[in-house]
Amino acid sequence: MTPNPEKETAPSCVEEGMKSPTESPIIHVACRGIAPCILLIGIYVFFHGHYSPGGGFQGGVLLAAGILLLRLALGPGLSQNIMPTWITLRLSAVGALIFAGTGLLTVIFGGKYLDYHYLHLLWPWLEPAWLRYYGILLVEVGVTMTVMTTLVAIYDDLLGC
Amino acid sequence: MHWVVEFLLFVILVVAAVVGLSVRNLLAAVVTLNVFTFMTAAVMVSLGAVDVAFTEAVVGAGAVGVFSIIAVFMTTRKSRD
Repeated sequence: MTPNPEKETAPSCVEEGMKSPTESPIIHVACRGIAPCILLIGIYVFFHGHYSPGGGFQGGVLLAAGILLLRLALGPGLSQNIMPTWITLRLSAVGALIFAGTGLLTVIFGGKYLDYHYLHLLWPWLEPAWLRYYGILLVEVGVTMTVMTTLVAIYDDLLGC
Repeated sequence: MHWVVEFLLFVILVVAAVVGLSVRNLLAAVVTLNVFTFMTAAVMVSLGAVDVAFTEAVVGAGAVGVFSIIAVFMTTRKSRD
């Protein structure tokens, strides 16, 4: 594919237009309308990871994509309301703690790592199938929190805000 | 009939890869990279691996696209080589 010679010699105003954010109301309204839908689909994917394709990682990346869309469209200042920068790494640490804590809890209760059957000491009234269900849900909560907040933290760190 | 759909997907996949490597405008290269990722996801769906396709689509469009656009933001929009 041969590049267009006119585009080769184009002035560098395109670069400057790329670096300075433009305040377009259409982009603002569109992204503010789409982002909640993306977040809702992310929560759906996360909660239906047991039965359908999806799970903690995909749901976390979808939630992060919704927040990153707001960060891209509204700029770093306005989008601090939905997820501030200072909370991202702390939430990711909490998510990793939930993941590892579920596994270590089963070890403490006498089983192997992430052997959800031994969570019956925590919830003794539950059937074993439901114990595994809630164990997987706990692990997925941790994975989702870690993936979502780490992606947003990488974005904030790249832009230096 | 099924092989026709798969062949079409592979053709778009290869064309998107070649265009993404050869285009000079780096933002257009990022967009063609997203097209490539989406076609990869569609090929995975046609092969029956829905979970892999879902991960591919979500990561390719959600994470890699955004971070590539940030890289274009921070460097330059045109390739100089």
